[in-house]
Amino acid sequence: MSASNTIPAVTRRPSMLRQNLREFWFYFSESKTAVVGLVFLVGIVLMALTADFIAPHDPAMQYRDCFEQPPTWGAAECNFILGTDYAGRDMLSRIIYGTRLSLIAGGIVVILCLSIGIVFGVVAGYFRGWVDIVIMRIMDTILSVPGLLMALVLVAILGPGLLNAMIAISITYLPHFVRLTRSSYITESSKEYVIASRVSGAGMFRIMFITILPNCLAPLIVQATLSFSTAILDTAALGFLGMGAQPPAPEWGTLIAENRDLMLSAPWTVTFPGLAILLAVLAINLMGDGLRDALDPKMKRS
Amino acid sequence: MFYFALKRFALLVPIFFGVTLMAFGFIRMLPGDPVAALAGERDMTPERHAEMMAKLGLDKPAWQQYLDYIWNLLHGDFGTSVLTNRPILDEFLELFPATIELGLTAMFLAVVIGVPIGIFAAVKRGTIFDQGIMGFSLVGYSMPIFWWGLLLIILFSGIWGLTPISGRISFLYDVPTVTGFLLLDALISGEEGAFASAMHHMILPTIVLGTIPLAIIARQTRSAMLEVLSEDYVRTARAKGLSPLRVYGLHALRNAMITVITVIGLQVGTLMAGAILTETIFSWPGIGKWIIFSVFSRDYYAVQGGLVLIAMIIMLVNLVVDLLYGLINPRILHTGS
Repeated sequence: MSASNTIPAVTRRPSMLRQNLREFWFYFSESKTAVVGLVFLVGIVLMALTADFIAPHDPAMQYRDCFEQPPTWGAAECNFILGTDYAGRDMLSRIIYGTRLSLIAGGIVVILCLSIGIVFGVVAGYFRGWVDIVIMRIMDTILSVPGLLMALVLVAILGPGLLNAMIAISITYLPHFVRLTRSSYITESSKEYVIASRVSGAGMFRIMFITILPNCLAPLIVQATLSFSTAILDTAALGFLGMGAQPPAPEWGTLIAENRDLMLSAPWTVTFPGLAILLAVLAINLMGDGLRDALDPKMKRS
Repeated sequence: MFYFALKRFALLVPIFFGVTLMAFGFIRMLPGDPVAALAGERDMTPERHAEMMAKLGLDKPAWQQYLDYIWNLLHGDFGTSVLTNRPILDEFLELFPATIELGLTAMFLAVVIGVPIGIFAAVKRGTIFDQGIMGFSLVGYSMPIFWWGLLLIILFSGIWGLTPISGRISFLYDVPTVTGFLLLDALISGEEGAFASAMHHMILPTIVLGTIPLAIIARQTRSAMLEVLSEDYVRTARAKGLSPLRVYGLHALRNAMITVITVIGLQVGTLMAGAILTETIFSWPGIGKWIIFSVFSRDYYAVQGGLVLIAMIIMLVNLVVDLLYGLINPRILHTGS
């Protein structure tokens, strides 16, 4: 991506983009762990997309003969690979369907943060002065409260539920995106290509979003990846506390919460959903590390 | 130094107003008016409603309510709990030592393990030790700690029966509260076995709360050390024939400590967020559990007070970290930020 820092985005041609992508893949694939993370993430996404076909059972179906069945392979009756929960529902199917909720939650949080954060950050960086001060002080305020506590309070206002949890989490992550956009926007805006574009008569929006913004994207992509994984964690944490997705939704944190009373008698009902969270978050973080090394020269591994 | 401290303190003023405004707005953004929320299912005559509104100062214009609110805050009045009818500050201060105690032990664990393994990973860079430590750190960093806590309870308390499931001390002991820190109180009481029981109850919560800070500290110590290890003075120290312990432990670590201390300071927020989950899992009678309880029992004045108090504590800790940073690294005092 070093080329994109010096060459104005306006003159970039498709071949340029392809070359950048190739360069990016070269650095990214240098890290084996990052590739493992990527492959794993692709697997999780596929699992979410094909949940209807690969899930062995209906996630809401209650098998009345098989309450709290331990994991079994190939038994004649009650054959559930990861066991069943307190209501006789298949854990594996619930976890597979839960993948959808977690990925959607993470995705929506990242999209909300990116779109709103970029607009606020660019506006703060372009106008400076009072606009900048007001926006940044609001962001400082949000940051001064621990994320999970902030999200809890927001959910208390909005009411519990997966959608409200996503909105609340987005608000708590927003400051990171605004700060990143603003600081790289300010660094970029004093460079010559911006002055050149201004001199040649580019309007405000053109300078903001077409000239400068593409050159600020690298750190934002890294931040988005890391936020994707923490959003999955925080959605699950809110679900666990009973403030996120509500039962019977098979959200991973909610699954742990609803089976918590059984954790000593039927530990598999708690163990596997948590393992799913850990593996998903781990995969994304592995990939995020690789992305950071490949995209962000400032944070490059020493 | 004084100027530096003053400047840092001035930066907190807008955040203070931001946080109080947010906390003030919180009560007003709740669906329905606060009095109706207090009344709950019960019917209320319009006269009684107006009386309650006047008592809570809700009949005044919003800006005046806000000024009153700030005025009360500055006089140490953080509102009254609807549930217990006690001042929120009193409730907070009563429970806070339990959270601090857990936070301190967790931080102690994170630093005592995180810093040495971070240094070790940096010194053995690229080896299997380095990769192993960084792998563990990444797993720790990705850990859903509420699940981690339950998993440890299943293993250590359920299957092996080694540790208690919840609480701060066995009910067999009745330790009088002196400091609020149970470990100290247990020692002071002189009751046989009380201290051991309190320690025993702390093991799992400490591990759970310390996991994420431990992972972050190990990672940051490693990268800070890597940066320092390539400096000339480290090479010189090694060339002089100093022992590795002296070179890494004294020359390098001292300079890496600047980053490490900042990172440790930044973990206070992580600890507070972690305390909410950890205390819920282990029924630990601290601030985290209290906040969750207040949210669920719709004691919104307690949530509001807790929010402001926690934000202020974190602000103060960050201020102290900034000042410490200035003391360790005097260069920062003279560069305008």
